[in-house]
Amino acid sequence: MQHQPGPPMAFYVVQFLTGLASAASLFLVASGLSIIFGVTRIVNFAHGAFYMIGAYIAFTLTERLSGTFGFWGGIVIAALAVAVIGVIVEMVLLRRIYHAPELFQLLATFGLTLMVEDLVVLIWGPDDLVGRRAPGFKGAIDFFGQNIPSYDLFLIVLSPVVLGILWLLFQRTRWGVLVRAATQDRDMVAALGVNQKWLFTSVFAVGVFLAALGGALQIPRDAVHHAMDLRIIVEVFVVVVIGGLGSIIGAFVAAVLVSELNAFGILIFPKISIILVFLVMAAVLIVRPWGLFGRPEAPARKTPGLTVNPWRPLTSNERLAALATLVIAATLPLFAGNYALTVGSEIAISVIFAVSLHFLMSVGGLASFGHAAYFGLGAYGVAFLAKMAGLPMIVCLLLGPLLGCMGAAVFGFFAVQLSGVYFAMLTLAFAQIVWSIAFQWVSVTGGDNGILGVWPASWAASPSHFYWLSLGIAALVTIALRAMVFSPFGYALRATRDSVLRSEAVGINAKRIQWTAFVIAGTTAGIGGALFAYLKGSVFPDNLGISLSVDALVMVLLGGVETVSGAVIGAIVYKALNIWLVSQTDLSKLVLGGFIVLIVVVFPKGIVGMLEMLAQRRRKASPPGSPLLAKPIESAE
Amino acid sequence: MSLAPPLLAVEGLTKSYGGVHAVRGVSFSLRAGEILALIGPNGAGKSTCFDMLNGQNKPDSGHVRLLGEDTTGRKPREIWRMGVGRTFQITATFATMTVRENVQVALVSHGKQLFNLWGSAPNFDRGEAGRLLELVGMGGYADRPCGELAYGDLKRLELAVALANQPKLLLMDEPTAGMAPRERVDLMRLTAQIAREKSIGVLFTEHDMDVVFEHADRIIVLNRGTLIAEGSPAEVRGNPQVQAVYLGEGLLYEAGHREGASA
Repeated sequence: MQHQPGPPMAFYVVQFLTGLASAASLFLVASGLSIIFGVTRIVNFAHGAFYMIGAYIAFTLTERLSGTFGFWGGIVIAALAVAVIGVIVEMVLLRRIYHAPELFQLLATFGLTLMVEDLVVLIWGPDDLVGRRAPGFKGAIDFFGQNIPSYDLFLIVLSPVVLGILWLLFQRTRWGVLVRAATQDRDMVAALGVNQKWLFTSVFAVGVFLAALGGALQIPRDAVHHAMDLRIIVEVFVVVVIGGLGSIIGAFVAAVLVSELNAFGILIFPKISIILVFLVMAAVLIVRPWGLFGRPEAPARKTPGLTVNPWRPLTSNERLAALATLVIAATLPLFAGNYALTVGSEIAISVIFAVSLHFLMSVGGLASFGHAAYFGLGAYGVAFLAKMAGLPMIVCLLLGPLLGCMGAAVFGFFAVQLSGVYFAMLTLAFAQIVWSIAFQWVSVTGGDNGILGVWPASWAASPSHFYWLSLGIAALVTIALRAMVFSPFGYALRATRDSVLRSEAVGINAKRIQWTAFVIAGTTAGIGGALFAYLKGSVFPDNLGISLSVDALVMVLLGGVETVSGAVIGAIVYKALNIWLVSQTDLSKLVLGGFIVLIVVVFPKGIVGMLEMLAQRRRKASPPGSPLLAKPIESAE
Repeated sequence: MSLAPPLLAVEGLTKSYGGVHAVRGVSFSLRAGEILALIGPNGAGKSTCFDMLNGQNKPDSGHVRLLGEDTTGRKPREIWRMGVGRTFQITATFATMTVRENVQVALVSHGKQLFNLWGSAPNFDRGEAGRLLELVGMGGYADRPCGELAYGDLKRLELAVALANQPKLLLMDEPTAGMAPRERVDLMRLTAQIAREKSIGVLFTEHDMDVVFEHADRIIVLNRGTLIAEGSPAEVRGNPQVQAVYLGEGLLYEAGHREGASA
């Protein structure tokens, strides 16, 4: 996209048309996501995966089938095939989780995405695949000396056509009427005797078909590769946040807007073009938090989650037990080797990361899908201070996390304007923006090569010393956050999670409380990141990537979302398993993804949640003063 | 007495949606310790009116004054800070917290300790929380998770929470909706008793005419957004305009007959 000779006006026109062409795929995927969300209320994270499978299958078919018919037929057949896969996924997995909390739905579909990433590599290999060009659209059209690929023109025409077809489908068919009705009130539609199961399945099939079609149509423009799912899903999240989730016209307008911002952003900020999209998104969120064409959601009928076990501080016996565990953990260097100590340090850092997310997610009810951004910012903060300013380690450890704190303060301010799935999508998009900056701004961050040589000072350099340092900080952080859960602020935060309406009616500024929690969680994650930079001796964009964000979510989930200290257990178990798994198999994403889906479907309370439930059941089974008898008397009061 | 500003003074409150005048020029006032019922048929503008008092909704014109201070258009949390407690038509509580914790949240907010990160919340104003719960007859339920409570108990909990900031005024939107007849009487008796003891003004909307006529000191009647009657229960009951509005529902007749028979 460098400046070329020719009249500048023509150049801008071509740039504009390129943007419009890029909008086509984005619109197809985003509209599919919106349609599915409208009816099922599921934000289908796996939508990017369906887009990717569509591209891969279309690649294979268009290579095998010859001629014009072969190409276009291949594209349509690919989209249909993926729609069938979608139907199977819907029937086998999603039907089990329609009534689960949003977080679980997002995680389950994310687990699917991870599985698909490995499966695709298994089937098609890790290399980029360059597909055929579209028959009939191979050339370019000359526009005042600038070239416009004719396939781009085809895509530019395609989006409004698809928009029109969707409009007809929803306005003119019986199925469309049912879908619109279900979007308004699905319980009412069910009460009217419509078979909801098949309505949901068909809607999901249509949505997946659109995503796969979007992927298949990308073949002549872009290489097919196994990371295209995450790239598209993040852009799609940005599109639906701007356009309004559930609105097809919103998806169209926002897809065009985002694509144009990308096309022209490269001219204005060549290094960090993504900034422009972020600024527009922030502006839209301030003016219209529900998107340009979205409607404010009525507050969801409040379900008290999975359990209503009240939280309580540890008893003195439990405190002693926790202290004893910590002391035992501190003896590790007496008998373990250097490798085990490095693993131990990494686990301790994971505990810091997990408890920081837990504070935001379980205590505050704000499930961030981009928490790694603040972890990574803490790591980069240390790297900048150590490498550029040459400050000593102790100063870096204290100041480095402030970068995470600042990032959380800026992004958190916007994120807490929203809640639920919007919050999840927005935090993910923010994290991806931070990742892009780290990746693209090579002169400052070193881009993909990262920043190397961030070594700890001599007092912390030996594995045992570093382990003690990490363990000590992890213990302090865990204790501090736990104390905060039972502080007046912690009560206020839980209050905003349970009912914003009631919170505001007792004088609580819910957004400010949530923002504060976001900054606390981000700063804490930054502390973890700062240690991590010293542990690895280097910082890379992956330190703030999506997979790390998901690691944190899984750690919290595995330990038990609704417990006070599940995150600690979850982090230890998950990190140990993960390190072991990576050393054992090349298909770690497949196993991990399957693992996530499994937890969500059969094990939603997590380890600590399960233990609490078992303990409670035992207490009920052997009653000292027979609570079975006590209960009716109590309720008769 | 007449020189001091009334607890609540509402002047010319007006709100319309599109061409529909939901509330038109409604004025009334409320004294400390007085229990005032706002009644009217469905769609009369009660809820719109109510929401403009508690900050949920902004009037097109008109003023709301609390002890002489203008609160028009302020946010719910600001109005709470001025000494207004409220309960909701459909209860809003903190479902995963215990009954005591629900009250403590309000006490924390009242004590301006919301951003206190290090104190111990379980011990925060524990005595006061206990007293408030005793006051509404929920003392024995303090450690129960709020999500397990029966609906009537949730209503009583809301009352305890609403009293946590030592309010001068209580706004109760259909306080007895969804309750059994026996519970309704109990809750309103309790509210009336507390209001008189602490000299709190109470404004409530209500559909149950038995509750209204038994507990209200004064009644204002809305119909199609305008105030059509105001006065003591006896005056309102005898008002032909009110009777015309309510005739279809037959509630007034019933209430009137019962009272007449017992007198």
